[in-house]
Amino acid sequence: MIYFNNVSKVYSKDSTAIEDVNITISAGEFVSLVGHSGAGKTTLTKLILAEERPTNGTVFFESLDIHKLKDRDLTKLRKRIGTVFQDFKLLQNKTAYENIAFAMEAAGKSDEEIASDVPHVLELVDLTAKALHFPSQMSGGERQRLAIARAIINQPELIIADEPTGNLDPINTYEVVQILKKINDLGTTVILTTHNRGVIDSIGKRVITLDKGKVARDDKDGKYSI
Amino acid sequence: MAIRNVKRIFRAGFINFWRNGSVSLASVLISTVTLSVITALIFLQAILNFSLASVKDKVDITIYFNGGAPEENIMTLKSSIEKLPEVAMVSYTSQEQALADFEARHAGDYLTLQALDELGDNPLGASLNIKAKETSQYESIAKFLEGDNVLGGSTDIIDKINYNQNKVVIDRLSSIIDGARKLGYAVTLILVGLCILITFNTIRLTIYISREEIGIMRLVGASNAYIRGPFLVEGIIYGFLAALVTIIIFYPASLWLGNHMTDFFGMNVYNYYVSNFLEIFLIIFATGVILGSISSGLAIKRYLRK
Repeated sequence: MIYFNNVSKVYSKDSTAIEDVNITISAGEFVSLVGHSGAGKTTLTKLILAEERPTNGTVFFESLDIHKLKDRDLTKLRKRIGTVFQDFKLLQNKTAYENIAFAMEAAGKSDEEIASDVPHVLELVDLTAKALHFPSQMSGGERQRLAIARAIINQPELIIADEPTGNLDPINTYEVVQILKKINDLGTTVILTTHNRGVIDSIGKRVITLDKGKVARDDKDGKYSI
Repeated sequence: MAIRNVKRIFRAGFINFWRNGSVSLASVLISTVTLSVITALIFLQAILNFSLASVKDKVDITIYFNGGAPEENIMTLKSSIEKLPEVAMVSYTSQEQALADFEARHAGDYLTLQALDELGDNPLGASLNIKAKETSQYESIAKFLEGDNVLGGSTDIIDKINYNQNKVVIDRLSSIIDGARKLGYAVTLILVGLCILITFNTIRLTIYISREEIGIMRLVGASNAYIRGPFLVEGIIYGFLAALVTIIIFYPASLWLGNHMTDFFGMNVYNYYVSNFLEIFLIIFATGVILGSISSGLAIKRYLRK
């Protein structure tokens, strides 16, 4: 599904984010990217979302060369990917309900679909009571659950979760990981970046370890090993 | 699909405007200042044009005739002057009329009237008053009058033509009027330009505040047009409300000016506002809405680049 072919990203002469990375991720996989800060985890996810361009090499989403897509096709690609970030990236002046509805509107869904799906997904992440709250009126865990709800609402083929538990306490972390696992069980590919040992060990799926921009290990039933 | 999106864009624009509260208020206020300056300049131009027109109206050429000049000669001259393309109007004042005017002007001045009585005969001559279409055209009219062929044999009936005495004044006035008009346009252009820049920057700031949101919307997969739409609607609302406030503010303002400053301006600003309301209303609304939407459109452009 995702193919990194000899990908390097150099920001400046003495700042190389990733170097010569070759990774293949199949549909339906749950892949954890681990490594120290600055190992290149976030850069990899940004390359998939075309927020960054590779200095060398190519990144494919199925048969699409991501960095050769036109603006309109890129918008279409992003609709196939759900994203969850450490800093939530919620629309601050929209309520929980509207944040999710916006993603559906952007995907061209009808008002009827929005009215039926949004309450359903809010219930899934246990935020029904907070539907009319703004992100600033919610806790960190609630915001992250909202971000996940938004990421999955359009049934994307891939979920990219970049340090989703970075700002959460252990209980909220556990909840978020459980939701991601459930999503993966339903057939969605998940790419998770983290440096939380407990999270990795509790998932028990493929772990790719990055070190100084290179793939150091790629374990099928990985444990945290840095 | 398209109609649904337009509906959503408008709804989002209105909701954003409402939720942005103080930022929206600031944008409306700044836009109001701009539109008020433009309205004030419209008034200023009107006052200037009115003053210039009334000054111009005072400039003329008068041909004074001798006491016994036959009326038919004067009329022949009048009709030949009227044929000149530069001439707007020629009015004839007969000897009797001149006397009546003189007496009316000196109604309280017994000494003068008594002196006039003692003369017995009417000492005043008839006159032709010539008004040109433009002040700059008096020169050519005067040249025409000085030409022998025009006056033909009737030179002897003319007492004097006052153009040469007024020439310096008329020339000065022409250049002052011309300068005032040019200056008026320059000042208007500069002020309007400045105000547009300030408004543009204010609206740019409101969008700068939302740059992170714009990035998130892109990540969620919203198209550029769908992201831009609500901001354009907000810009249009700023312009619309600012125009409304401006139009309302200028009603009492012009009423006060009309009541208190009519002598100073030489014209009633309130009457001008009321009689040209539709025109001013359209200019202000169009300016407000165009200014708001273009500012928003330009400001958001940089955040929508890939």
